[in-house]
Amino acid sequence: MSTTTESQIPLTPEQIESFGEELDAIRQRVLADRGERDANYIRKVIRAQRGLEVAGRGLLWAGVFPPAWIAGTTALSLSKILDNMEIGHNVMHGQYDWMNDPTLSSKQFEWDNACPADQWRHSHNYMHHTHTNIVGKDRDIGYGVLRMSEDQRWKPYYLGNPVYATLLALFFQYGVALHDLEVERLASGEAKLADKRKLLSGIWKKVRRQTLKDYVIFPALSGPFFLFPLAGNATANLVRNVWSFTIIFCGHFPEGTHEFTEEETENESRGEWYYRQLLGSANLSGSRPFHILAGNLSFQIEHHLFPDLPANRYAEISTEVREICERYGIPYNVGPLGKQFGSVVRKICRLALPDRKSRGGNQLPVAAHEGKEEQVPIAA
Amino acid sequence: MSPTPTTAPPRRRGAPARRLLDTIAGPHGIDRYLEQINPTFVIGECRAEVVAVEHGTEDSVTLALRPNRAWRGLRAGQFVQVSVEIDGVRHSRCYSPASPQDCGRELEITVKRHPGGLVSNFLADHARPGMVLGLSQADGDFHLPDSRPDSILLIGAGSGITPLTAILRTLCAEGHAGQTALIQYAPDPDRAIYRQELDHLAAENPNFKLTRSYTQAPGAGELDGHFSPTHLPQADPCFAAAETFACGPPALLDAVRGTWANGLEHRLHVESFVPPGLLPAGEPGTGSIRFADSGLEVRNSGASILEQAEKAGVPAQSGCRMGICHTCTCRKLSGTVKNLLTEEVSAAPDEEIQLCISAPLSDLVIDL
Repeated sequence: MSTTTESQIPLTPEQIESFGEELDAIRQRVLADRGERDANYIRKVIRAQRGLEVAGRGLLWAGVFPPAWIAGTTALSLSKILDNMEIGHNVMHGQYDWMNDPTLSSKQFEWDNACPADQWRHSHNYMHHTHTNIVGKDRDIGYGVLRMSEDQRWKPYYLGNPVYATLLALFFQYGVALHDLEVERLASGEAKLADKRKLLSGIWKKVRRQTLKDYVIFPALSGPFFLFPLAGNATANLVRNVWSFTIIFCGHFPEGTHEFTEEETENESRGEWYYRQLLGSANLSGSRPFHILAGNLSFQIEHHLFPDLPANRYAEISTEVREICERYGIPYNVGPLGKQFGSVVRKICRLALPDRKSRGGNQLPVAAHEGKEEQVPIAA
Repeated sequence: MSPTPTTAPPRRRGAPARRLLDTIAGPHGIDRYLEQINPTFVIGECRAEVVAVEHGTEDSVTLALRPNRAWRGLRAGQFVQVSVEIDGVRHSRCYSPASPQDCGRELEITVKRHPGGLVSNFLADHARPGMVLGLSQADGDFHLPDSRPDSILLIGAGSGITPLTAILRTLCAEGHAGQTALIQYAPDPDRAIYRQELDHLAAENPNFKLTRSYTQAPGAGELDGHFSPTHLPQADPCFAAAETFACGPPALLDAVRGTWANGLEHRLHVESFVPPGLLPAGEPGTGSIRFADSGLEVRNSGASILEQAEKAGVPAQSGCRMGICHTCTCRKLSGTVKNLLTEEVSAAPDEEIQLCISAPLSDLVIDL
């Protein structure tokens, strides 16, 4: 962060450095220990996903029978969620590149989502993870259509914030696909549609294949009963969309997460980068199956600190990260899904309106001083 | 052992039926479902099941492999890349099968233990019938010519004897009428790979002459010591007229090349075997980087491979440039690199590396 805002960081440069070193040590330890256990884990998840996919398609083929439709739609929804969250998102982060298995290579993996994998790797792995919560750089802040930070200047358009958010949730896979298109920059004339041709053709190719499969080929296989698999497939896509929207918005927008300005983040050290990732992310508490369905993005903090460590490790390192945060007086934002999502919804609604009071919601936390009580409550 | 592969395996485009299956099974493709039933059921990728394991000498293991239907066969002398997963990591090594050409659907590879060699020791210790290994299609120019030469001389040392055994077995199976001679170099009779099989072939085929030289057991073979031009007249009186195939460690090949330097080069075919991981690691700033797809080669400046690629104008994708986002991840085909974050050094062929945090330690070939 630049000198002008140095006062905002409550830790001394030495503290920030040793904080970074402690996190680096966790990373090194997991890297050294990576092996068969992680390989077996991801293969088990993939096996479950492939099984659910086949079961879901098979049951929906006979979807004219209501129990088959319900079971098929459930299986297919779970399959798509696992494919996108625990498998696709994590594999494309390079979490399993070390296995040297071409089918688990971040470069080659493609997922069951409208967004082409190569575009996702740019918009997510690079733009979002490198510039996390930097207003103007991290396009995950509102996906170009929502107002998610006081630092985005209010305009009447944002009165529709809750409506746009609902639409984004329902059609999330397309929202993700259009991420790199920068619709708001197109609207303002900053970017030209002509420059986006290649991007659009990539999206179109992917969407065409996805649509052909879910809405033409599989329904056609059921002959006169095509409506049942069609409705099942649409429902599964919808369930996956709403679920991933919910998890992802809980990762960076609950109360207590911070946004940053470009000036603040110039010439960041590694420790400062870690610090920003921590303040910009929030975790969800829950059971093991919940974490797997969330793609372990319920450990958004650990994911942002170590985006390329195998996600099945986040749970075990989260206790250490939390302990380190407590020692340095850095807030560790965690809460159950209901509480965190409720706070995201309130933020979406609140930011639809012009700011009422003076800006104060985005102050960086003050470190606990030695010998004093913890000043920053650790949400739990 | 590893003759460095000269080309990446060719990528085939699927037939229309296959493409339809892949669309239905999209985006992962039909193979990602078939392999859940049985790993060898995949149709777009070669894999092989181990069907027999035999410990031929104290430091080698011979595996009989049954490739799946994707296998397109090989010519005697060519090599394949075999991959095996060890502690979650897939490792590939090149082996030259010793089985004769057109021997049905089975391949035989012999793996010699290298001291500290990860894959060779793993296979020697853990290979069991039923194990499934990754397999590439056969590759390499070192093979028996389609029009069989009248006179053939084979020179092999250590595990370099395996492609020569394939050539010899093929000739014997075909009832080749010409003369064939083989000089096998080994430390001692116990470590002479395929000793009994070769003795057997020599006894059954009068036009095959077998000569052995033991480097650590003088008097045990017809000849003694490492390769020397003086060995040739005894092993094959008409060696100068023979089509010669030599396979073994670099020292043997250098000596053979020196002997065949005087206008006989066109009769000599060689294949080098150097175990990966045992290659010497140079200092940063030595050697060169070849970008296979772009056809560009640059002298290694010591900077990260990403920086060097960009400087050379190679279209490398990049993102965070700090080892986070994996946008720049690329396949390294051969060579040794150091991870600048972890200081880890890796010489494994055909592995994914992050260009922005990798620096070359030797000559490199990058798939970019």
